[in-house]
Amino acid sequence: MFKLPVEKLSALFAAVAGKEALYIPADDASGQARYQRWHEGMEMTHALNTVRSAKDFFFPQTENLVDFKVKGKEIEIIDPRTEHEDFVIFGVRACDARSFTVLDKVFLADPVDSYYKSRREHGTIVTLACTHPEETCFCSVFGIDPAQPEGDARCWMDEKNLYIEAVTEKGEAFVASVKDQLAEGGEEEVAAQQKATRAVVEKLPLHKLSLEGFGGENMLKLFNSDKWAGLSQSCLGCGTCTFVCPTCQCYDIRDFNTGDGVVRFRCWDSCMYSDFTKMSAGNPRLTQLERFRQRFMHKLVYFPANNNGEYGCVGCGRCLAKCPISMNIVKVAKTLAEEVR
Amino acid sequence: MMQETLIPKIGVVTDIRIDTPDIKTFRVVGLDGKKVFDHMPGQCAMLSIPGVGEAMFSITSSPTNTEYMEFSIKKCGCLTSWLHAMDVGQQITIRGPYGRHFPVEDELKGKDLLFVAGGVGLAPLRSVINYVRAKRENYGKIMIVYGSRSKDDLLDYHEILDEWMKDEGVDVELTIDRPQEGWDGHVGFVPNYVKELNPSKDYTVIMCGPPIMIKFTLAGLKELGFEETQVYTTMELRMKCGIGKCGRCNIGSKYVCKDGPVFRFDQLDALPNEY
Amino acid sequence: MQEMMLAKAKELLQSGAVQRVLGWQTGEFVYDITPAVFTSAEEMDEKFVYSDFCGNNLSKYLIKESRKEGKILVFLKPCDTYSFNQLIKEHRIVRENVYVVGVPCEGKTDGETLKAKGIKGILGIKAEGDNFVVETLYGEKTIAKADALPERCLNCKSKKHMVYDELLGEEGEVLDSHRFDMVEKLENMTPDERFEFWRGELSRCIRCNACRNVCPACSCEKCVFDNDNSGIAQKAAADSFEEKMFHIIRAFHVAGRCTDCGECSRVCPQNIPLHLLNRKFIKDINTFYGDFQAGEDTESRAPLTNYTKGDVEPSIVYHKGGKN
Repeated sequence: MFKLPVEKLSALFAAVAGKEALYIPADDASGQARYQRWHEGMEMTHALNTVRSAKDFFFPQTENLVDFKVKGKEIEIIDPRTEHEDFVIFGVRACDARSFTVLDKVFLADPVDSYYKSRREHGTIVTLACTHPEETCFCSVFGIDPAQPEGDARCWMDEKNLYIEAVTEKGEAFVASVKDQLAEGGEEEVAAQQKATRAVVEKLPLHKLSLEGFGGENMLKLFNSDKWAGLSQSCLGCGTCTFVCPTCQCYDIRDFNTGDGVVRFRCWDSCMYSDFTKMSAGNPRLTQLERFRQRFMHKLVYFPANNNGEYGCVGCGRCLAKCPISMNIVKVAKTLAEEVR
Repeated sequence: MMQETLIPKIGVVTDIRIDTPDIKTFRVVGLDGKKVFDHMPGQCAMLSIPGVGEAMFSITSSPTNTEYMEFSIKKCGCLTSWLHAMDVGQQITIRGPYGRHFPVEDELKGKDLLFVAGGVGLAPLRSVINYVRAKRENYGKIMIVYGSRSKDDLLDYHEILDEWMKDEGVDVELTIDRPQEGWDGHVGFVPNYVKELNPSKDYTVIMCGPPIMIKFTLAGLKELGFEETQVYTTMELRMKCGIGKCGRCNIGSKYVCKDGPVFRFDQLDALPNEY
Repeated sequence: MQEMMLAKAKELLQSGAVQRVLGWQTGEFVYDITPAVFTSAEEMDEKFVYSDFCGNNLSKYLIKESRKEGKILVFLKPCDTYSFNQLIKEHRIVRENVYVVGVPCEGKTDGETLKAKGIKGILGIKAEGDNFVVETLYGEKTIAKADALPERCLNCKSKKHMVYDELLGEEGEVLDSHRFDMVEKLENMTPDERFEFWRGELSRCIRCNACRNVCPACSCEKCVFDNDNSGIAQKAAADSFEEKMFHIIRAFHVAGRCTDCGECSRVCPQNIPLHLLNRKFIKDINTFYGDFQAGEDTESRAPLTNYTKGDVEPSIVYHKGGKN
């Protein structure tokens, strides 16, 4: 365990940024937090979490897959991939840190997605434990401990110091690279903070949310429940939940004619959109009810069925905060719980 | 750079055959004149024209054809319309093979096989039929029941007449929906014809066709005593990645591109009815 | 007020005058309100709520609901009634199937705004004069309405309902709001400054489409951005120019029909002040074609779908928006 006085945090950032790109969560013009590339003078946000999740670093909103040049009947294929540069994301919360495990299960499964893999290999994730979880947090329901986040290296912060310890090899390398700024110690203060945070987590209103009955065993019962009509009634089908969610990974592949060739790119898509499953032969999800149901069945039933019970949700609470009509996975889980008890 | 399946290879269309008013069969090889990749019957490939679109098509030729791959494509959208308008020599992008194939080397070996197809649904089954014909000694009796709207809508008509019908131990029964001048074969919908033919329960059935045909044929087969565990089909949904990552072609927890497109009906029963 | 609304709705449900009620229902916490259709008095007793968190404009749901069997009661705040009228004018809502109950409004806030101002653990809220008194896990907190209300409520244009079958509470008045102040400020910037302002705001856009999906003026069955044949179908902007085009195109599409209800800015997860774009259009329409407020009634012709001899000539429009 190492520590660093908080006044020296900027110096630490400067040292890291001198060697590779550093991103920290900082406030933007609208007063909300967003991961931004650190530059001299940038301060970390005091907000609990960013609006957009950290998945952007490994699964960006748009990404070029391949370029084509078309001349008459001939096609030339140009591989646009380059070795990604090294980067560090500092200040990732426990929920977002767990989301990478979920995304890995999709993108690193055979056949491996090389775009994702390259970013993942070059990114060092330095997490920061939470001290003031909010009532919208429910990471503990998924076995996530906000006081002991995963990541390559993890940190805690109080008024006096930043405490840091390495977790993986990449983390060891990271800590070693800034060793000269750190002092040894801090175990006691960290333990005390962890105890305090865990006590708060126990009192959070959503801490006791039960997911018994979900996870793949009751697939048809949940799918055929008559509760979906009421739940999906006011859903606007906007896709905000999908875009702020750290684990949503559906994407679309489109071609863009640049005038000088064609760029095939992938971009975020949402199962909430009306054309998500539309084909010339018809659309198996014609109304918002089916689309709404798909999103939650995927997170609570299909994903765990394919991944040894691991849920496709990390309890970050962003969907609770950002849905224009306040529908979210907690309400869905609670309403459907009656079907499987 | 490491292998990336989303980056396609180039294929060249060397032959275009007009099968029916809305179906054409395209022959594709690589730039070197050889097959772009090998596959097993029932697998599919993503074909695209840059700037127009990309879609998944089942490979209709059998893997035992070592010279080229064929795709029978119906004209029904943007990409397919473009493909129908192209000339021989056109280059396209191709990637694959994707999907779980028919278990021709496992469960289907040694069995009597009944193929039931409707319209363009014969395309994926043709790859299995020709594979089985090429390795005849590994399989039992073969019966093919194939129907379409009219005589002009029968896919692979000449191959059926000139090759399949002439094979020993292969029983081909064709039907069209309504009487037509110049047709003195059976007239009637496929599900009814199958019931009429009353095939033995020893057959393992492989079906592909319009959803309504599948629904009624399955019901008819069950009435004849068939179990769902002996009936296979191949599914189709909108696909983009083809590798089970983009999230759109799922039926419940299974992705049609990766866990399918070949499914047995008892497997489909365990999944939500959303296809 | 909540009791009065509940009583009125139950009365009409039980008498069979209406078969459904469109209102708001409680959530996990006191501020996560969801619009909902109630079909029974029991359901309403259990879940119905009308509080200072009920910011949702319910009129858009009537497009679907008014075409179902039977009659539906809807509670509309003054700003919502403008959207309702506009949708009637566009033949989107079947008027006979809706029973409109006008309800008063002092301004609606939301959980995110209060949390951003440091009020955490919210348990309840009450309006008292110029303040909100918020009951929280950490004691009672008071916050000035000026700090808690979104801009659309601070510059409220009307406490008067434009349409109702029945009104609960007092009849309000149309107000002289300052809603074009910020628009004027933007107009007085240099083109570079203004571009920087919008570039900064719109760069946060994640194309979630919440603004489009919540907007009562955006009721196309197939949006041009979802239509592959339109040439501008996009899920994500391929570059920053495209990213701004979505909002500008959408503002053009709703021009003259936007009632300035402010829902677009409320729902934006990135707090982009989208309503300013629409207000600029409203201000320009007022200047060129005479004062016009969409949704005031269901009879008047909208300036952009109408032509009179007094209309401004195209050259004048070009001159104003041109090189200087």
